[in-house]
Amino acid sequence: MEGVFTVNRKNRKFTFTPDERLLFTLRENGYTEVKTGCQEGECGACLILLDDKPVNSCQVLTASAIGKNIKTVKGIGDLHSPHIVQRAFVETGAVQCGFCTPGMIIATYALLRDNPDPSEEEIKNALDGNLCRCTGYVKIIEAVQLAAERIKNGELE
Amino acid sequence: MNKYTIIGKSKEKIDSLSLATGCSRFVEDFEVKNPLYLAFLYSPHAHAEILDIDDQDVRNITGVLDVFHYQNVKPVLHTTAGQGFPEPSPYDTVLFDKKVRYVGDRVAVVAAESLAIAADATKLIKVDYKILEPLFDPEKAMQKGAPILHGKERYTPIPVKYEPEHNLAAEVEIGFGNMKNGEAEADFIIDETYHAHYGSHCAIEPHAALSFFDEMGRLVIICTTQVPFHVRRIVSRVLEYPLAKIRVIKPRIGGGFGSKQEVFLEPVAALATIRHKRPAKIVLSRKEVFQSSRTRHPIRVRLRTGVKSNGEITFLEMDSLLNSGAYGTHALTVLSNNGAKVLPLFNKIKNLHFIGRSVYTNLPVGGAYRGYGATQGYFALNQQLDIITRKLDIDLLDYIKKNHIREGETSQVFKALGEGTEGVIQHINSCKLDECIDLGAKEIGWYEKRDQRLSDGDKVRGVGVSVAMQGSGIPLVDMAAAYMKMNDDGSFNLDIGATDIGTGSDTVLAQIAAEVLGVSLNKMIVLSSDTDRTPFDVGAYASSTTYISGAAVKKCAEKIKEQILSVAAKILKSEKNELYLAEGKVIDSKQNTELGLAEVAIHSLYTKDQFQIQANASHVAEQSPPPFIAQFAEVEVDKKTGKVRIIKFVSAVDCGQAINPKLAEGQIEGAAVNGICYALIEQYKFSSSGNLLNKSFRDYKIWTAADLPEFKTFIVESHEKSGPFGAKSVGEIGINGPMPAIANAIYDAVGIRLFEAPFTPEKVYREMKRAGKV
Repeated sequence: MEGVFTVNRKNRKFTFTPDERLLFTLRENGYTEVKTGCQEGECGACLILLDDKPVNSCQVLTASAIGKNIKTVKGIGDLHSPHIVQRAFVETGAVQCGFCTPGMIIATYALLRDNPDPSEEEIKNALDGNLCRCTGYVKIIEAVQLAAERIKNGELE
Repeated sequence: MNKYTIIGKSKEKIDSLSLATGCSRFVEDFEVKNPLYLAFLYSPHAHAEILDIDDQDVRNITGVLDVFHYQNVKPVLHTTAGQGFPEPSPYDTVLFDKKVRYVGDRVAVVAAESLAIAADATKLIKVDYKILEPLFDPEKAMQKGAPILHGKERYTPIPVKYEPEHNLAAEVEIGFGNMKNGEAEADFIIDETYHAHYGSHCAIEPHAALSFFDEMGRLVIICTTQVPFHVRRIVSRVLEYPLAKIRVIKPRIGGGFGSKQEVFLEPVAALATIRHKRPAKIVLSRKEVFQSSRTRHPIRVRLRTGVKSNGEITFLEMDSLLNSGAYGTHALTVLSNNGAKVLPLFNKIKNLHFIGRSVYTNLPVGGAYRGYGATQGYFALNQQLDIITRKLDIDLLDYIKKNHIREGETSQVFKALGEGTEGVIQHINSCKLDECIDLGAKEIGWYEKRDQRLSDGDKVRGVGVSVAMQGSGIPLVDMAAAYMKMNDDGSFNLDIGATDIGTGSDTVLAQIAAEVLGVSLNKMIVLSSDTDRTPFDVGAYASSTTYISGAAVKKCAEKIKEQILSVAAKILKSEKNELYLAEGKVIDSKQNTELGLAEVAIHSLYTKDQFQIQANASHVAEQSPPPFIAQFAEVEVDKKTGKVRIIKFVSAVDCGQAINPKLAEGQIEGAAVNGICYALIEQYKFSSSGNLLNKSFRDYKIWTAADLPEFKTFIVESHEKSGPFGAKSVGEIGINGPMPAIANAIYDAVGIRLFEAPFTPEKVYREMKRAGKV
């Protein structure tokens, strides 16, 4: 099959099989920032924004996403102009191995977009679909709080 | 606060922005053209002999290139344990065997043009098994008539006790004093048996390996490893392929915790590449990681302690039985550490005996796992101390303070038991355990909450504590090396064999070099873990990197510093001993002159008496100074359901000088949460035929952020004079405390003693019911 997708604001045409999962399609086409952790929708490492909604791309059939808007962690900010959320993860020490980080950052980005002033409880619930084995989540929660604080203070995204 | 400019500062982890923006590459992210995809066929039987394999139908499938199994791959005995050479683990493994020893053991590998073809093809391989009686109970492994897993051709490359004919993978025994006297002196004896269980590391990145020939015809392996140099050596051995033709590269690694100290995929990928002259790729599924990679060794620990009414422990006897599973990877050394990292903590005990045995069973394979036997040992010791002090009606914290090892003291255990063989005499240079205990006790509210059983309806609260030590590398065994050179602009390349698996060791080691040279961290360009490009390092294990690799880096940077000062002395016409380095400059305090490091570099590279400012250094430690930790749990037990909720968890650790406090905290926080999950919810569930039932994150749960209770971590700094800038290790120790601290807290809340983990609601409820508490 074939289809056009918008990935990080660029139109891309992908070829794929009918039963192919979006995670696989994205990785095959160079979007390796979307990570494969479990392929069963449990770990959140492959989290992306699909039409602005956070979804585990391993649970999405590529064919069902034709024409849709996809955003990966690279679409949020890059090495030369990182997003507030990415800076916050770096500064708080929330990145250890960094394998869960793209998914964590997508989840955080989606949370703060909808709720710029989340309580700790709301932060924890928003990250409930993302597993991390390195940090114990302590500094990840701090990172989300720092990013929220900065967004609240009007620092530009 | 300290006299350093970079040491002790929470610098940003140097690779973290790249990781946070999705730029860093992990193994699976490397593009290789036209690779062979490899898929495994695993044994459905716990114990069977393979009579025949018929792969003809599979070979006829379009897209299948090869099928590897015992009939076409030479069996070379080895261990998959990525340890120093000769390895202390038995050579009981071949790439493909004629016998399978657990459900999930490797039978064959299909190499195909796509993963889907390879995976489908494995199902068509016809295997004729002769089913053998399985052995699941480690307690029965050495009994007469028990099924025997391994043949007599298996051996250990070091001279240690190994009896495959009795399923004995390893044995250690030490003792001193007189146990009979100890028994006679005791007013009472506490004799209890504790069970620590299977666990999965759950690194979020699954194991993977890529291999290909480079343009010079050398074999390159990019793999998820903690031990790149051991990978090179073991692949060379297993495939009988020249070591000089192998290059192993470790890119970013998505967590290890011990799981990637195993060399079991790399030889298979390399085999496919060598046979077909094509790149090969293996990425394990999560199911494969759970079942067929490595696990925490379950250990049964029986502790007998004689106690006088004044609290003195008159003797201690520890009898450990380690379930090694089907192969003996780390069976000796984890077993040794079960005693060696635990028993020295209470060094006043005069009469002591430790006997440990590791046995084979037809269950998943144990391996290295953060804590490495100490976790299982401290589960026993810390509960035993709680039992003793409750019987004596004295405060547990006072009792620990009175009895633990202190600065200037030693333990006979250090010499008697190392990692598998005899250890090294050492005296404690730094120990701030009392301060850790005091800080933690205050934070958790120990004296207000202990024995109070505060309740809210059916929910009762309690507090518990545990203490632990670990080590810092393996003395006289582990070696690390570093190379540095200076560039035109006063920046430095730092090439290290040390293996950053997410811990931040690249950053910590760069901080050490930058401190010596008086430059900012961004002047350090770090390259690590490439067997062609960096000097040797044993790798990321045994809590060794900061202490041993750090010392190598410090030595290396000091050599660079000497060269810089020599060049600068000539330029400035100064006395070399009047010069020092700071803020990227050489400063002559006497003449009040200074010189930028770039000027020194330019001079040495281009101007006069040209040479490359460069150095290398190696380091082997003579001791393994232990970090110390006190961990406190406040729990709430629901008497109606048996559910245990953690209200608050506190860790206070003495890791010497924390090179980077934020990264050190991160190590403790991650380890502690891992330990809490292990204590409460993680377990391997087997069918009666030895099949692992819960091999997915759906059925094997670990915590998410939503589960996190109030969490507090203190770094209590001490100065370890043998360590780089006073540092000790911090990577493993934090996982030792949660399980016993929670068990002790549960007792404090509801008066039941849990000798077997995990503390699931059904187990807690059953025990409460049995004890008449509900």
